[in-house]
Amino acid sequence: MIQDTVTEELLLRKPRFVLLLFLIAGIVFFILDPSQTAVGHFLAPVAGNPEESGFYGRFVTSFTLAVLFIVNLVAISLLPRFRWQVIVVWLELLLLFLAFFYSFDLSFKFIQSKIWFMVTQGIFTTLYVSAISIMIAFVIAIFGSVAKLSSNGFAFAIASFYTSFFRGLPLLMQVYLIYLGFPQLGFVIGAVPAGIIALSLCYGAYMTEIFRAGIMSIDDGQWEGSRALGFKFGLTMRKIILPQSIPLIIPPTGNQFIAMLKDSSLVSVIGVWELMFLARTLGNKTFNHLEMLITAAMLYWMMSMVLEFIQARIERKFRKVQR
Amino acid sequence: MTDKEPHSELPIISITGVSKFFGDFQALADIDLAVNIGERIVICGPSGSGKSTLIRCINRLEAHQAGTIHVNGVELHQHMKDIDKVRSEVGMVFQQFNLFPHMTILENCTAGPMWVNKVPEAQARDIAMQYLERVNIPEQADKYPTQLSGGQQQRVAIARALCMNPKVMLFDEPTSALDPEMVAEVLDTMIDLAQSGMTMICVTHEMGFAKQVADRVIFMDEGRIVESAEPTQFFENPKTDRTRKFLSQVLVH
Ligand SMILES: Nc1ncnc2c1ncn2[C@@H]1O[C@H](COP(=O)(O)OP(=O)(O)OP(=O)(O)O)[C@@H](O)[C@H]1O
Ligand SMILES: [Mg+2]
Repeated sequence: MIQDTVTEELLLRKPRFVLLLFLIAGIVFFILDPSQTAVGHFLAPVAGNPEESGFYGRFVTSFTLAVLFIVNLVAISLLPRFRWQVIVVWLELLLLFLAFFYSFDLSFKFIQSKIWFMVTQGIFTTLYVSAISIMIAFVIAIFGSVAKLSSNGFAFAIASFYTSFFRGLPLLMQVYLIYLGFPQLGFVIGAVPAGIIALSLCYGAYMTEIFRAGIMSIDDGQWEGSRALGFKFGLTMRKIILPQSIPLIIPPTGNQFIAMLKDSSLVSVIGVWELMFLARTLGNKTFNHLEMLITAAMLYWMMSMVLEFIQARIERKFRKVQR
Repeated sequence: MTDKEPHSELPIISITGVSKFFGDFQALADIDLAVNIGERIVICGPSGSGKSTLIRCINRLEAHQAGTIHVNGVELHQHMKDIDKVRSEVGMVFQQFNLFPHMTILENCTAGPMWVNKVPEAQARDIAMQYLERVNIPEQADKYPTQLSGGQQQRVAIARALCMNPKVMLFDEPTSALDPEMVAEVLDTMIDLAQSGMTMICVTHEMGFAKQVADRVIFMDEGRIVESAEPTQFFENPKTDRTRKFLSQVLVH
């Protein structure tokens, strides 16, 4: 998207709109009744003891919150740089989240005692299972998409059956089917390989469709130009079509990788010691479920952010090559 | 004037009784055409008359359903083994250039020789630079296609085809997608090529070009060759009414 050179006047610059927003915020806060919360306690000197301040306390606390909310909004809108606005908003939302978690009264000591194990065992397993799976899925997708575009009925049938099946079943079921089904055929298979196979096949199916769309979006003229020079199919694909599709394929593939990182939690059901498995088991003995779940959640999120960052870098690099 | 064997009597391209259908629609009807080495042929005709289809059949970008096409002695058919070899000997220039946008101009030109003819890279680069000089854009070698004007891109496309050392060059309306001021530079390149003795089949409405270089002008209508004559005869004394009508339409402009 290209930004317009003329920006419309911000709604937040219109006093009427700000007033309206303030009223709405006030009413919403009033309905939610913050007088019993930490805010109420904090405002006790003005609003009176939260337990008995009643209507007046409720009014004062919601009024204060609404003022803070509006002042904050206007202040952010006054920040001169896009970047600063982004940073401030991110920090504020993060603080809100932390406050939310803090209110659970978690045992940080317990988290501290387990986090190292979660990182070395859990994150490590999650990452390598996902990385291997996405690589296999990538290879499957190249062949799958070519097969789906081919005029060979046999290849097309296999590829379309495959994508239909693996996109059609819940991933959790695929994990079970492979882990429990293979031994029926006589292959005893470990939990980690079973998880990797399930993830690869499922994501291979999705990525087949992504690759197919990427290949189809290349102009027919490229095929003809390549063919007219005497390039065979494989050469055309490798040197002409795929290099041009890759920049189109990268963003959705990055997306898939991030999704896989989290879907890999499903292989915890067959006992792979990845992050989710640890989160569910470590807290069991001492009833610190929430601690472990929140820690795992934060770790997943951090991994995803790192991946998002890497994805953005790769995208930028390819855009430069393509201009 | 020609530096290829002009004495060869065997036509390099011979098309006999060729018909082509798109579904029920007949795009080519019973076409006969033989092209000798060193011959320059211009094909013209109204839109939809099958000009593109005809020359695209010559390197089998399209399949014909009846008749035979021989290129350099090799018959083109569905199960042939060496279509890539035939294509590598037939250069084609498209209306929309079809350069590879992810490769530099030089890479566009070296790709064919290196990947198909297995020419070593250094030598392929020499060949490419030689032809880029011939089309007057050696200084653009390291740019990407989108950084060039339409006329420059089309000249690169010509150079790219020439790098394969083709026996025949096919042109499908090479100047139709260009701004008027760029048409001349591409036509000059084509005239230069014609004068060097290249065998050429050009679909074009540039009648000045036809008069200047063509050995034969072919007029097509509704999938048939209606008239085929040398330029003076064709322009001054067309045999059919359809040709006359067509000429009066193109020559007015
Ligand atoms: N892929 C296709 N599928 C169906 N019909 C087609 C296809 N390609 C061409 N045709 C039809 O075949 C006829 C001849 O097309 P062709 O492109 O050869 O004409 P042309 O003489 O090159 O015209 P123009 O001057 O517009 O390029 C047209 O009627 C066209 O609609
Ligand atoms: Mg055409």
